[in-house]
Order: sequence, then structure tokens, then C-alpha cells
Amino acid sequence: MIKAKINNIDIEVPEGTTILDAARKVQVKIPTLCKHKDLLPTAACGLCIVKLKNSPKLPRACATPIENGMEITTHDSELFEVRKSVLELILSNHPNECVTCGRNGTCELQDLAADFSIREDKIKRFVRDIPIDNSNGSIVIDFRKCVKCGRCIEVCQDIQNVWALSFLERGINTRMAPAGDISLKDSPCVKCGQCSAHCPTGAIIENDETETVWKALRDENKYCTVQIAPSVRVALGEAFGYPPGTNLTKKIYTAMRRLGFKAVFDTNFSADLTIMEEASEFVERFAHGKGALPLITSCCPAWTDFMEKMHPDFIDNFSSAKSPQQMLGVMAKTYFAEKMKIDPAKIYQVSIMPCTAKKYELERTDEMHASGFMDVDVALTTRELARMIKQSGVDFNELPDGEPDSILGEYTGAGTIFGATGGVMEAAIRTAYNFVTGKNMPAFNVEAVRGMKGVKEAELEVAGHKIRVAVAHGLANVEHVLNKVREAKKAGKELPYHFIEVMACPGGCIGGGGQPYGTDDDLRMKRAKGLYNEDGEMKIRCSHDNPEIKRIYADFLGKPLSGKAHDLLHTHYKARPIYQR
Amino acid sequence: MSQSSTITPNEKSDIRKEVAQHVSNWKGEEGNLIMILHAIQNQHGYVPREVAMELSREVGVTLGRIYEVLTFYHYFKLVPPGKHNISVCLGTACYLKGAPALINEVKSQLKVEEGGTTEDHEFHLDVVRCIGCCGMAPAMTVDGRTCGKVKPEDISKIIAETKSA
Ligand code: SF4
Ligand code: SF4
Ligand code: FES
Repeated sequence: MIKAKINNIDIEVPEGTTILDAARKVQVKIPTLCKHKDLLPTAACGLCIVKLKNSPKLPRACATPIENGMEITTHDSELFEVRKSVLELILSNHPNECVTCGRNGTCELQDLAADFSIREDKIKRFVRDIPIDNSNGSIVIDFRKCVKCGRCIEVCQDIQNVWALSFLERGINTRMAPAGDISLKDSPCVKCGQCSAHCPTGAIIENDETETVWKALRDENKYCTVQIAPSVRVALGEAFGYPPGTNLTKKIYTAMRRLGFKAVFDTNFSADLTIMEEASEFVERFAHGKGALPLITSCCPAWTDFMEKMHPDFIDNFSSAKSPQQMLGVMAKTYFAEKMKIDPAKIYQVSIMPCTAKKYELERTDEMHASGFMDVDVALTTRELARMIKQSGVDFNELPDGEPDSILGEYTGAGTIFGATGGVMEAAIRTAYNFVTGKNMPAFNVEAVRGMKGVKEAELEVAGHKIRVAVAHGLANVEHVLNKVREAKKAGKELPYHFIEVMACPGGCIGGGGQPYGTDDDLRMKRAKGLYNEDGEMKIRCSHDNPEIKRIYADFLGKPLSGKAHDLLHTHYKARPIYQR
Repeated sequence: MSQSSTITPNEKSDIRKEVAQHVSNWKGEEGNLIMILHAIQNQHGYVPREVAMELSREVGVTLGRIYEVLTFYHYFKLVPPGKHNISVCLGTACYLKGAPALINEVKSQLKVEEGGTTEDHEFHLDVVRCIGCCGMAPAMTVDGRTCGKVKPEDISKIIAETKSA
């Protein structure tokens, strides 16, 4: 343990703790811009400088481990002035466009400028003129607003191992750019949006499609329907002052109707549907030897894009079941349309997702038009929905609870936990167990696959069979799991896993690239807890026990993996080049 | 700023062979990425994107990392060099004496960007910091020859002379 003083307060912290973290422990907040809790310090901005007794240096608190006997001052008038000058310098290279910026009100740089009472431009502004990159439809980069903190690059290279972004040149000319100065569309980018979730400014934001949705809602010839993804319900509240993890499902239903949607569906329902198909696929492959093992989940479009680009040797292992978003879309424009006698051409399906890659998924392959139309017309992120609600004049916090539509709305605990890392695996196990044994599991919780550990492994007993599973989140964690499989295959050894779940974003969808800002592990855990709590409280906790799921198979689809299910609910994958140029 | 790539399968296999050769020359040596990039630049006069991509595949280093290195060192060029090199000085003295107007004139006459090469590969334009000829400001060098007290009107003559030389 290290003993030191911060602002004359005695502290004792483990060795290796940075001054920044030590200060947090005694309720002292040192201002930061480049440092993010998920990431190693880049020490790029210089805002977190502090004073040490008997030393002329001003070390950066985010990157300096605290030492025994240090006497640290974090705030005095001199530090204030230096920090203010640093900020003024940063602002002098930043466009003065706050009111028209996508991060207006959520920007870390703007907050700092406000806190430091910056009231004038002291230094003549110079902003390099670089055109906006909106080439990939999911995220939009405005390089002029970049403060060169390096967060997006660290996320894209180290957490996601995609390497779509990097710094080019050096010194004052340093700039962030996709893979050697090409457009994002031509780069390896998998659209996960983690860069946008970590950027402190408006330099990287989601592609805002709220205007498109408003237009559709105002169009009398359209029948607008909506679906809400599992993880949205426990994160949206943050934009309205609720504690992270508060489950607002029923308020969101009401808000959707107030916005003008004629039918409100729940992606949790189609998560149950995905599980029916995917668990059946697993049983086919595991018990009947039909198809490659390990089976790998495919409901995360950033992950499928990553796999198609970097690991195409695993294409045969991918579950062909579509993601819940796409399954709901196709069911809305076929089953629901038929039942309600609505012309499917008129249905305009919007999905509310925690994710920027879901925008890309809408046109991933021709199979995303299985209904004969675009199955889902627009995907909005949680952040976009929050803005729409604010624009609509609906007083969200005071709304009464509502209900979803009676078809494509009812869900189980298994559908809910889809939103957290390990949740798809746990849901699939519950149903696969039943399909193999004919009985439900004695206890549903599969604790081994829950939590924030980067790779989780478990061995489960099902009717005398041992099923080995792995769960990875954060794309950089995938390699390890896939390499184990490759090595075993090469050596002709038994497979290390039978079933693998991957979600691109750390924490899974609850930590998605389109979720409210400020996501770190603490927030991820709170949001995940919101989902697991709901699951724990539900009467029905297995997808195959969902009465509406039973009905949709009886009425419409036949059996899981039937011809009709294949036509509507399944897709395929193909190798894609990593770089378009 | 890389050139667009329409390369034939033949060229592709040539690039493969060439990169494999460079890589095998430097196998196992520390810091070999830079040495390989040097070898590539020596061969082509710059590092073509297609070659950098092949190198990325061959050595398993991402293209993003390769470009971090390529753009960090001024030595490496990403565009083909021109037959003739024009460097306009933008040191303080030249700046004050009107270098920006010279740069604009060269850019518009040759239709070339700073650091770029004309479409016919005849001219390459660089903007450089003080070349030590402040007494002759504004100054520029053309293929190593220094021209002093240059006025925008002089540019077309300088270009014509260089072409015919
Ligand atoms: S969206 Fe994801 S893959 Fe694309 S640049 Fe951002 S972090 Fe990298
Ligand atoms: S784009 Fe944003 S996250 Fe990336 S370096 Fe610039 S300011 Fe930082
Ligand atoms: S927060 Fe420490 S240098 Fe930026």
C-alpha cells in the first residue's frame, strides 16, 4: 500500500494507483479530457496536471502512479490558470459550432469550457478544413472537431482490434484518419460505434436519422411500427435523469404511441424467436451431427462484419438465424400484416437499437428483404430516440405505463437478457436443454457466462452430454477463442467449445455504441443488472415457453428450421475484403 | 491521397513476388518494417498503396499501423515523385515577402496540391521551411537550383524553362 497526501487529506491506496484514481477515492475530481475509464492514459491533453511538494514539475495525474510520501495539490489558482490556458489552446483549434453540433449538451469539451468560465476567444482560432466523412451510414466523422485525445484510436485498435482508425503524421500536423487516409466505407470499420461512444467531442457521432423517422410518422399513407431492443429499456432513462439500469419498458411503450407509432413491438419477443431457431440449430449440430461445430452466434452485425472480413474460415460455424431486429421486421411485414389485414407495403418499421451497426444490418444481404420489402426501414440508436422524445414534447418522466401490441410483443426473461454479454448463450442453453431432454432446467441462471470478464468459459451437463461454451465481448477478445478452436482442429484434437457467443461491444448491447454517453464498467454492470433483475422476476423465463412464440409457430411458421422459417428467418455469410482500397 | 488502384492480375502477382522478396531479405531483424519500407521506396520512388497492402498481408501488420509509420517519417513518400521537383520556401522571411502568392501561382498553373504530383508526373510541389536563402526572399528551388526574389509573374517562365531543359 502507498501512503500519500492529496490536498492534505491522508490516503492509502494500492501500488500502481494513478494520482487521478487516488484523488477520486477521496472525492477530489481532477479535470480530464483525454482520459477515459475504459482506456489506458494517452496523456495527450495536459488538463489533469497537479503539483507535487518540493518538485517544480507538473505531472499528469492520469498517467502518474502515486508514490509513498507524495504531497499532491490538485487545485490552486496557478493550476486553474494553467488548465484554463490549455483549454483555450484546445478551443483555438476547435470550430465554434456548439449550437449546431451533434454533441451539444453532451460534450466533454463544452462542459469543461463552461466549468472554467471561458467567455471569450483569447487565441486566434485556426481550424484545419477537412471534409466530413459520412460514407458508411452508421457513424459520421467531423475531423475538424477532433481534439486528438486518441480515445477512438485506442478503442478501435486495442479494444476492437479492427484498426480502422489511426493517427497520421506527427507534431502539430497529427490527425486522426481511417486506415491510411481513405474513407471509412473503404476501411475495415465494422460500424460498432465504440469510437463514437468514447469520443469526448462531436468529432464522431452516430448518423442521425431522426428526421427520416419524423417524416414517416407524419406521412398518412404509412403505417409506422416500432420495436425496442432489450438493452434500450435499461439505458434510455439516463437521458432523462433516471439512475442507470432503471427498467423503463412500459414507459417506453407509452412514449412510442405518443410519438405516433401505430403498433409497438418488442425486440425481446423476436429474441425469443431467434433462440428457437438458434437452439434448434445447435441441437441439430450437436446431437445429430448436422453442420459445423462450434456453433457461433450471429445476432451482432458488427461481429458478423468482423468475422466476414477477418475470420472467414469460420463462416460455416455461424448460426444462420437472423438477428432479433431482422426477425421482428420480417414478422411485422408478413404475419402481423396478414393478421391485421394491413398492406405490408404501407408498413414502415423502425427499430430502436443500442447500436450503430444495426443501421448497416438493414441492408446487409438480400435476405434482409425477405418480406418482399425492406424488413426494417430505419434503425435509430438509443441516443436518437432520447432526442426524438425530447423534441416531441412528451414529458417522459411523468408518462403512465403502457402495453405492447399483443402479437410480436410478449416476451420472456430469456429475451430480455439478450442485451447483456452472455445473455444469448444463457437463453439458448435454457431452450437447448429443453429440446434435448424434454424438460426445463432445474435452475435457469447460468452464472458462469454472466459478468464483465472479457472471455467467459463454462462446461454444462445436459442429459449426460458435456457442452463446452465460451462467451467473448469486445472484438479483441475473439481472437483468443477462435485460435483455440483453430489449434484443436489442426491438431485433430477434441474441440475446446461447442457453442460460442460473441458481442462486439464490451458488455454486449448494454454497452453498445449507440447508448447514452459516459459508458464505463460501472454503468455496464448497472444496466446488465437491470436486465437480469427483470429476468429473475419473470414468470416465464424460457423462449420456448412464450405463448406467442408457440402461437406463431402453430399459426404461421410450422416448426423451427422449417422451410418457411428458413425463407424468412435465416441468412448467409460471405468473405469480404478487409480494405476496399 | 493515395492513387486509385486499377491493377491487373499480372501486376498483382508481381507485387506479391516483390514484397515477398523484400520481406525475406529482412526476416527476423528487429525494426524490419522500416527497412522493408525503405526498400520499397527505393524501388518505386514512393510507397504505392497496393504494395503497402500486400506488405500488410504478408507480415500481418495492419495497414493502419503501416501508415502510422509512413506518415510519421517525412522521408517516406506516398505519391509518385515528379520528374521535376519544385520546393517553395515558406520560412518567415519568404512568408513575409510573398511566398503564399507564389505557392498559389504554382498550384493553379500546374493544377497540383502541396505535397502532390501533377497528373502527367512532370512536376512535384513541396512547401518547405527556411532553405537558408532569406536574403533572396521569396525563394524557391527547382530541381535543386535556387531562384531568388521570385514574383508570381515569373512562375510561368520558370516552369517553361524547366520543361524544356
Ligand atoms: S465504428 Fe468501431 S470499427 Fe468503426 S471506426 Fe469506430 S471503433 Fe472502429
Ligand atoms: S475523434 Fe474524438 S476520440 Fe478520436 S482522437 Fe479526436 S477527439 Fe479523440
Ligand atoms: S486527462 Fe491526463 S493528460 Fe489528458
